[in-house]
This record gives sequence, structure tokens and C-alpha cells, in this order.
Amino acid sequence: MGDSRDVILARIRGALGDRPDPRPVPREYQRTRDFPSVLDLFAERVADYRAIVHRVTDPVELIRSALAGKRVAVASDAPPEWLVPEVTWLREPLTNADLDACDGVLTGCAVGIAETGTIVLDGGVAQGRRALTLLPDYHLCVVRADQVVGTVPEALARLEPTRPLTFVSGPSATSDIEMDRVEGVHGPRTLEVLIVSQ
Amino acid sequence: MGDTARNPVTWLGSPAFPTAAKTALADDQLRRNLKHATGLIRTKRAGAVAELPDWEQLRLSGEAIKDDVLANLDTYLLRFEESVAARGGTVHWARDAAEANEIVLRLAREAGADEVVKIKSMATMEIGLNEALQAGGVTPIETDLAELIVQLGNDRPSHILVPAIHRNRTEIRDIFKAAMPGTEDLTDEPVELAAAARAFLRRKFLSAKVAVSGANFGVAETGSVVVVESEGNGRMCLTLPETLITVMGIEKLVPTWQDLEVFLQLLPRSSTAERMNPYTSVWTGVTPGDGPRDFHLVLVDNGRTDTLASTVGRQALRCIRCSACLNVCPVYERTGGQAYGSVYPGPIGAILAPQLGGDMHDKHAASLPFASSLCGACFEVCPVRIDIPSVLVHLRAKAVEAKPKYSPEAIGMAAMSWVMAGPRRFRAAQRLAVAGRLLSRGGRIRGLPFPGSKWTDSRDLPAPAKESFSAWWKRTRG
Repeated sequence: MGDSRDVILARIRGALGDRPDPRPVPREYQRTRDFPSVLDLFAERVADYRAIVHRVTDPVELIRSALAGKRVAVASDAPPEWLVPEVTWLREPLTNADLDACDGVLTGCAVGIAETGTIVLDGGVAQGRRALTLLPDYHLCVVRADQVVGTVPEALARLEPTRPLTFVSGPSATSDIEMDRVEGVHGPRTLEVLIVSQ
Repeated sequence: MGDTARNPVTWLGSPAFPTAAKTALADDQLRRNLKHATGLIRTKRAGAVAELPDWEQLRLSGEAIKDDVLANLDTYLLRFEESVAARGGTVHWARDAAEANEIVLRLAREAGADEVVKIKSMATMEIGLNEALQAGGVTPIETDLAELIVQLGNDRPSHILVPAIHRNRTEIRDIFKAAMPGTEDLTDEPVELAAAARAFLRRKFLSAKVAVSGANFGVAETGSVVVVESEGNGRMCLTLPETLITVMGIEKLVPTWQDLEVFLQLLPRSSTAERMNPYTSVWTGVTPGDGPRDFHLVLVDNGRTDTLASTVGRQALRCIRCSACLNVCPVYERTGGQAYGSVYPGPIGAILAPQLGGDMHDKHAASLPFASSLCGACFEVCPVRIDIPSVLVHLRAKAVEAKPKYSPEAIGMAAMSWVMAGPRRFRAAQRLAVAGRLLSRGGRIRGLPFPGSKWTDSRDLPAPAKESFSAWWKRTRG
């Protein structure tokens, strides 16, 4: 509809007959903050959303105890040491029906944001495509200490915007009933986070 | 389609606000539900905002970024179109609601869909997309919990963020039990209600060929589109179907990726009063092997360029649809959203709906700028600093201008200016006003004789003081 495009652009130019002066955008807000411990804050804020949080030096033992005996989806490039034999691992290619029927998913992440308790997935190493962390009812996510930043501006600066990004802050939830947050609608109803630091 | 096509932003046949408000005020259950929900969210928002030491600086940036977008809207739209196309998306332009609906219906049919799953979107509600799809033989399925409650209850939305805010948990349970098979034993526990919605919609997500979404932000620089949500229904729609159609108002842009750092802080704390909403999705065109294979973006004008032409009114286009202004508004809290007779209720709706509709001769639209006490709470909480009271006053003047000369307001204003133009007339009127006390009970006048009844039908009037200020001055200081 090249026609409508021209009409709308002409309408805009007509409406801006006064061409308002471009004001410089003030950027006085803080891009970083002085948090005493970014990792402590991240753990506390993720837990605030009623996610389950563990601090570990090596994730393998917790992966074993959390997932033993279960059928768990995993990205094709997950670190081999995560793939303990007590778990039935489901590797791509997986159908939506496979993902819907499995017990959970294990992934890494791209960035963690301490102030908001957020995990960002970008489809990079150990994360897989978006459906992988969406259809299973349980998500176990491994976050390395060096992936955690303090603030939202710091996180966006680390991300590549043209990758498919998913910001996850706690398990699926809704505020639609009397404006009170309750967990568990369409996404994973349980989110468990392993923060790995030496 | 001509420029005369009716803009569906207000609901056809809606009574003027004072009439609708009167009905709403008589509904005790509605008022209890609203008081509870808005009270809860107001307290939470205050806490979420107080946590950030630089909140005011973020608001100033948000305001300036959006003003920059509006002042250069043509440039940013062209940049955005180019970026989306470069990543494999297809951009469509729609002058009005009818054209946007035609485009979406055509795309859905071309994809072979007889039903589409939908993410909650103000833009699609504004253009009446569901009705248009239905009429064209495609069934729209709302997947947001509150939208589902509204759709299954054959109801209308009453809030920008929580369209079913006027319903409490027991009412929601009754709606679900009537509409969903196998829910005979459902209780009114929110967790159970959410689980019922999950089971009901899961098969739809897995089988849908086409999804329709709105957009919270579009990034001109990169062509990225952002959807902010809570439940994961948005992720389902954005990820599983093969075709994704996004309907976006032309004003929803930000210039750069970095600009999002401001809005991803302002929006969640202002809307659901959380540090961050559970899920935010960002995508750019199509990504092979991940998500939809076809991505269509429909850019909608529908009254926005008319709004942009008003130097006072254009600031309404900064709105990021957080709904904080609804939750603090004393008028909204008492009447609820449906009384506004528009997709956009509350203070922002009172300035947005009449401007997008563009017809102040319409009695209903012209009544909306008067649905406010001008207390200013809406400006205080607005994350992009829209001066709603000033725009309300500006639109009130437009509404009065559009009225016939002999309307009660025009006569009243003319009489008032005649009285106030002469000191003797003014003093005489003041003495007369003291007689007004005889009409009052407890300091309030609840009903004036005609033509004053036009005013007191929908509001009380404070009784005039026993003594005028000038009489008091004369007596005590004279």
C-alpha cells in the first residue's frame, strides 16, 4: 500500500508545520549504581518473585539432585558436564508436542540483572530457541557470576538487539485478578536458578 | 474508504459521561471491586517508584525521547521500516481502522487461518479488529487472562492494563464455569483460575497458524519490536505460530536501542508496580529456526496525525499505556472504566479518545474532557510527564466552541461574564448567592432548579459562604 504510506507521511509533515525544536534529551539518570554486592542483590531479587535460588560453586550436583529420574529438554550446545546420566536428556530436533510433554528444561543465559532480578535469554550458548524455555512447566537456569550486571542500562549495553531476546523475571504470573500477582499461567510455573561463582 | 469512516475508538451509542457515570455510581459491587484493586496497586506503585533514586531523571528522559520521536516522526518511521524490511519483515501502512483491519484479515486468510491467537493489544482494540475478523470469518481468540474474562463474559474492557478490573474473583469463577467445559468444581482461588485458563488455551497455542500482537515499543535504529507481558501468553503467540502480524500505532517508536533502558524501567514500575514484568520479548524481523517464518508489521495512523497537529494535544502521543493515571484518578475509582464509553478510559482516555476520534461535535466525545476534577494526580504519576490537566482544559475549550450558542454552558458563561464585568452587578449576585445556602444541606447543594439542574444532576455544589470575601474584608479591615 504505497499509497497509504505517502498519505501518512504527508499528514505527519503537515501536522509538524511548526517543526518543534529538537531539545537535547537529558540523560541525568544513573546508568550504573553502587550496590554493595551485585550477586547478593541478584539472588535476593530473583527470590522475591518466588523463584527458587541456589548459590553454588559447581552446578553439577544441583543439576543431578533437581533433575534425577526426569525427562528434560536441553539445547544442543549445552556443556557436556551438565548432562549427568541420572537424567533422560531430550535433544533437538524436538517438536512442540515433545516440549509440552517433557518434565522441564535446563538452560544457561546471556545476562542477569541484579536490580530487577531478571534473566535475559538470547538464544546463545546453552539456551536454544525460544520455545525450549516456554512450553515445559519447569525451567532450571544456570547463571554464571560474570553474567550478572547491576542495572537495566548495563544489561542492554551487553545485549545484541537483533537476536531474539526474552527477559524473564520470575515464573509466569498474572496481576489480572484483583491486581494481585499470582504465579503460574502459560509459561513455566516453576523457575529455579543456579548462581555459579567460585 | 474515505476519511469519513467512523473511528471505533469510542463505542457506538455510548451515553455522554455524566449519564454513564450515574449508572456506574449506583453499582455498589463495581465500586467495591475498583476501590480494592486501585488501592492495592497505588500503594505498590509508590513503593516500586520510591526504590529508584533517579525516578524523576528517568521521567525527564522519557518525556524528551518521546518528544524527539514525535518531532521527527517521518524520519524515524522510515528508518524503522527500512530496518524491519532488512531483517525479513514486511511493513504495511494503514491510514485508519478500516484499512488496518482489511490488511490483517487478508494476511490471516492468506496464511490459511480460520482462527488467530491474540496478545492483549490496545491498538487492535482501538481499531475494532476482533469484530472485523469475526465478520470476515476468522475467529480471534484472546489469550491474556483479563481479555479472556472479558471475551467469555461478553463484556467490555474497563482498564488499559487489567481490562477485567471491575470483576472480582468470584465473578471470574462464575464466568469460567459457564464458558469452559470441565470446570464444575472450580473455586475462586486466583491460582486455580489461572490454571483453568492455562489448560483452556494450551491446545489453541499449539495449533494456531497465525498470531496477532500489538507492540509496546519499536526501535527505529534496529527494527526491533518489544512486547511486555506477564503470563507467557505473549511468548506463546510470538513464538509458536508460523505467521505473526503486529499492529502498532505510528507513535510507538523509540529512536535507539539504548533508549529502551529508560522505558524498561519506567513502564513496569508504573503499570503493575513491579521491578520488572515477568516476560519481555524483543524480536527483529524473522530469525531462521526460531519463531515465526513470516512477520508482518502494520503501522496505524487512525487519528494520530490529527492529534500530532495540535501543539497542546500532541503530548498525549507520548503515552506508553501504563495506566498509572487510571489507578490514581478519583473519578475513575468511582465510575470505573466502562462509563468512559471508550477503549481508552480514565484520564489518558479523556484526552486521547476525543483527539483520536477527532469530532468534538459528537456529544459523547465532547463530554470526556469534563470527566475530571483537574486534581493533577495523573500528571504526578505519568512516567512520560503528560500534562493531562492542561490538555483537558484545552479540550474543554474545544468542546464548548463546538457547541451551539445556546447550550447551558454557553449561556452560563455569557451570564457570568456580564455579572463579573460590573462591580455593582457582582455584589448583587453575591447577595443572591447567600440565598443559595437555603437550598443546601450540610454545606452541599444536591439539586438546583433548572437551568442549574444541568450542573447538579451529576455533581453536588458547595453551598456559597455565609458572607462574601469582599463583605468580610469590609467588615474586618474596612
